[in-house]
Amino acid sequence: MEKISRELKVSAIENGTVIDHIPSNRVFQVIRLLDLYDSNEQIFVGVNLESEKLKDGKGIVKVSNRYFADWEIDKISLVAPTATLIEIKDFCIVEKRKVAIPDKIQGIVKCFNPNCITNHQPITTCFNVVDKDDLKLQCHYCEKITAKENIVFL
Amino acid sequence: MKNKNLVSISDFTKEEQLRILDLAEKFEKQPRQKILDGYVVATLFFEPSTRTRLSFESASSRLGAKVIGFSDASSSSVIKGETLKDTILMVGGYADVIVMRHPREGAARFAAEVSKVPIINAGDGANQHPTQCLLDLYSIRKTQGTLDNLSVAFVGDLKYGRTVHSLTMALSQYNTTFHLVSPESLKLPGSVKRHIKDHNLEYYQYTDLNDVIPKVDILYMTRVQRERFSDPMEYEKVKDSCILSKSIMTNCKPNMKVLHPLPRVNEINEDVDTTPQAYYFQQAQNGVYVRQAILASILGVI
Ligand SMILES: [Zn+2]
Repeated sequence: MEKISRELKVSAIENGTVIDHIPSNRVFQVIRLLDLYDSNEQIFVGVNLESEKLKDGKGIVKVSNRYFADWEIDKISLVAPTATLIEIKDFCIVEKRKVAIPDKIQGIVKCFNPNCITNHQPITTCFNVVDKDDLKLQCHYCEKITAKENIVFL
Repeated sequence: MKNKNLVSISDFTKEEQLRILDLAEKFEKQPRQKILDGYVVATLFFEPSTRTRLSFESASSRLGAKVIGFSDASSSSVIKGETLKDTILMVGGYADVIVMRHPREGAARFAAEVSKVPIINAGDGANQHPTQCLLDLYSIRKTQGTLDNLSVAFVGDLKYGRTVHSLTMALSQYNTTFHLVSPESLKLPGSVKRHIKDHNLEYYQYTDLNDVIPKVDILYMTRVQRERFSDPMEYEKVKDSCILSKSIMTNCKPNMKVLHPLPRVNEINEDVDTTPQAYYFQQAQNGVYVRQAILASILGVI
């Protein structure tokens, strides 16, 4: 197992999750999507950090003692497709991967079509991702497209 | 096709669609067949649509099935305050198949997911109306003898007309050439045009109906509604460019037929009714045979 490098150690966490390479202006959205406002765990947040990958600077969120389910990480990929996820146990990186936009999104996003049945009945929304580069979600129910600029999170 | 839902036209493969048309031909020859004796068909109309409901009820009755249901959600106390899911689950205990029309888009897809009996979508908002699409295909094949290599004109509101969108998608399987006549502001949406291009087919756009009449085998008319125009002046300017009358049909092909999903308002002049090209009332009648074929297939009695 890879030991955590020197620069990460500044605020290294013993156990938990590091979400790196978040576009700086999306950090607070990520925190909200992961429901971290009410968390009692130690959380380190950085924004406008230098990054080779992100010209406008990156953001980072480190959460102690928390690991996230896939469906929670899916949410991040919609606002921060460049984010990387690092899971840490006993100061060691046990998992490191990029977040990926999934083919299918359940819940999380509201259908943009006001006449969609999901906006009028207690139904979990469901979308097929029909374009990952220029994010476009097609509602499984009403078949209408919700484009990137119209995405509202539930 | 037994127990299959019919929510979107794409739920049926091309082969399944053709099988429905073949079966409908048999029902046209012999409409009274009591093959659904003892079956119960539920027609749940959460918004009124007399024409579609009567067509389904006629189809069910001619097959010997009993019909239960409601024609308007507001008159049905059962529905008040009840979730769609609960209504579908309850009715699924009373009927062998549910035909439903609902003002919200996606309602039928959701119903199909929760229902234990098959769902036939009789229209969900502006989204899908697959039985209309199948009866249109049937009418086109019947009048032209084939679905392949035809020239089809769609006239009227091509932007919002779901009938046109579904039928365009369905006809793209048959090497159709599309002629699209509409006011500038009501052109076919880009996504549907892309679908045509994806099938390596051609479409041509017009603003004047006169330009397409000599070119086409099928003239599919739809309504242009005044409420679609933000500027009433704009409506006055364009409304006559999509109206069909007998006098402008003189140079049509001899095999040309005029279709319309009905009800019409003023887009087909009554003097067209007596021409050999008028086919819209027969088209509506064909809907009964097609729905007989759909019911019999989904209930697996044929
Ligand atoms: Zn929707």
